[in-house]
Amino acid sequence: MEQNYKIAQHCVIENNKVFLNGVEEFSSADEQFPDFIKAAYKIFKSNYPKFFKMDNLSKLSFLAVDLILKELDLNEEDNDIAVVFANKSASLDTDVKYQSSIANKGEYFPSPAVFVYTLPNICVGEISIKHHLKSENAFFVFDAFNAEFMYNYAVNLLESKKTDKVLCGWVEFFEENYKAVVYLVQNNGTLEHNIKTINTIYNK
Amino acid sequence: MEALKAELKGKIVEVLNLEDISVDEINDNDPLFGDGLGLDSIDALELIVLLDKDYGIKLTDPKEGKTIFESIETMAAYITANRTK
Amino acid sequence: MAKRIAITGMGIISSIGKTVEENYNALIHQKTGISIIENIETIHKDVIKVGEIKLTNHELEQLLNLPKDNNYSRTAMLGAYAVQKAVEDASISNINEFKTGLISATSVGGMDMTEKFYYEYFEDEACQKYISAHDAGDATHKMAEYIGLKGIVTTVSTACSSAANAIMIGSRLIQSGQLDRVIVGGTDALAKFTINGFKTLMILSDTYNTPFDNERKGLNLGEAAAFLVLESEEVVKKQNKKVLAYVSGYGNANDAFHQTASSENGDGAYLAMQKALKMSSLSTNDIDYINAHGTATPNNDLSEGRAIVRVFENQVPEFSSTKPYTGHTLAAAAAIEAVYSVLALQNNVIFPNLNFKNQMDEFNITPQTTLKEKEINHVLSNSFGFGGNCSTVIFSKN
Repeated sequence: MEQNYKIAQHCVIENNKVFLNGVEEFSSADEQFPDFIKAAYKIFKSNYPKFFKMDNLSKLSFLAVDLILKELDLNEEDNDIAVVFANKSASLDTDVKYQSSIANKGEYFPSPAVFVYTLPNICVGEISIKHHLKSENAFFVFDAFNAEFMYNYAVNLLESKKTDKVLCGWVEFFEENYKAVVYLVQNNGTLEHNIKTINTIYNK
Repeated sequence: MEALKAELKGKIVEVLNLEDISVDEINDNDPLFGDGLGLDSIDALELIVLLDKDYGIKLTDPKEGKTIFESIETMAAYITANRTK
Repeated sequence: MAKRIAITGMGIISSIGKTVEENYNALIHQKTGISIIENIETIHKDVIKVGEIKLTNHELEQLLNLPKDNNYSRTAMLGAYAVQKAVEDASISNINEFKTGLISATSVGGMDMTEKFYYEYFEDEACQKYISAHDAGDATHKMAEYIGLKGIVTTVSTACSSAANAIMIGSRLIQSGQLDRVIVGGTDALAKFTINGFKTLMILSDTYNTPFDNERKGLNLGEAAAFLVLESEEVVKKQNKKVLAYVSGYGNANDAFHQTASSENGDGAYLAMQKALKMSSLSTNDIDYINAHGTATPNNDLSEGRAIVRVFENQVPEFSSTKPYTGHTLAAAAAIEAVYSVLALQNNVIFPNLNFKNQMDEFNITPQTTLKEKEINHVLSNSFGFGGNCSTVIFSKN
């Protein structure tokens, strides 16, 4: 029989607002994303200088995850939390930036630092590096948010005891249109882990 | 060479997104990698692109970077000796 | 493992052949597919070598019988070709007869077309059709359309481990009963975007790649597509299908070290291999051959070599990288290497690690450098991607 898992924490970042477990923790009305996310990073005291080297997708993912994992007691070695993320545009926002560094035949200077981020799963890599997560990790590209797929994947991992915590996320970023919905699934927590709840969190 | 060193400090902060660090905080002989500014291997590659783009110097072996990028001082000396722009 | 996952069909196109047979013949005759790039005009033409498929886009369109106004990227065409071959190989006449899905992996997507027409989009309406072909997911949808598939379709994008992850997800969907059958694999075409990116990371070699060699200089990029048809045992029995091999175990872990480099001791690789072994209930002694990720970069081979020694200790089985034949085909790598792993099982043969000369200073192991006949029951295949995504799949004869 399938055990009932719970959503312990969830974070939504959209329209220059940050919500943790449904409560607005920070907002900034007029700024562009780079200024907004930098201000949020400072307010939440993430304290991770490498943040500034990340691309927009990674900064967005990083912050959402940081807020959730702050509540947990993580160690320096190896934390068993699986990470399953997805989005629609893959790494397109950064792909465009990278392309422009090789666009002009006269001024042809591909940037290694930008190239690194032309894969959507790098944001998962950044999270793993910061929080020492060596468990299973995946990144999918879907046309739209797919709660059923995420639900099934998380349940499968938990049921097969591959891990006892799964960080699920939809982190979409393309040209100033962004949305991050990240939630932690485990044995105990306040919300029920089911497709309806996941969709509610996404659509709020 | 003083002007070049100041120029390099500015460029490094900008190109490598060293948000928390101001140009005044970088000393000429501070180690750039490891414990100093804490730059990593990707930063080294960006510096190699910088050498090409702004000073016309092409490095083909990334290992050469180790000595050249030791500090602002060594970078400036190398550029002065080898720049074509 | 609850249900066994049977492999009932394979399709592949790479720089060493456009059929499974052609690939196999090249492997046993030690014929490399690495050459100088011809299909793309790049300033790096003379300082890199690639595993290029010597077919132009026009030739691929003809091979696939695509209509003139199609907007398939090269990635999508390679994928459609390989997926069709896999479906034929599995003797599938009605693709939607059972709950069937397609999980494809890619890193390039339609970038090969986008970079070609980037400037012309504003002036030339004729090429605007490729704009919608850019997305990573578009290639997968085109492949599904090409074979008439109506079931679950998704795309994995985790760099060089993508296709292994596609195999894993596919297997899980069968094990959980959500699917009876799934086509899994990956496709990536060569593109200037990738060539320039890897060049700026300074991990490309200007000569033939030499995995696990002390003097190795870096990788050769390649392009390819390959797909496997996975079916549940019930469906196999129902149709009395021939089984080529089984997916008996897999594991995935994150190295948590750096965006593009692997940790010194290969933690992610070590964990992935351990997980796969545990899942398959096999011991290290049971593995007859390791098809290594072996990209020939100074970093990967050291990291992977160390991880292999950590797992297998002083009983490292024969291992080789097949990338000297095909180059590193990125998101397709784990898929073509899955095909090669199955070929190793079917033919009881270990493919040589070409171009090897000097043992690495850091350890005592050397790859298998000649074609070797040996009874092969279990093959372990590694694929490690940027972002620290490390995956291992174990294939078994029975």
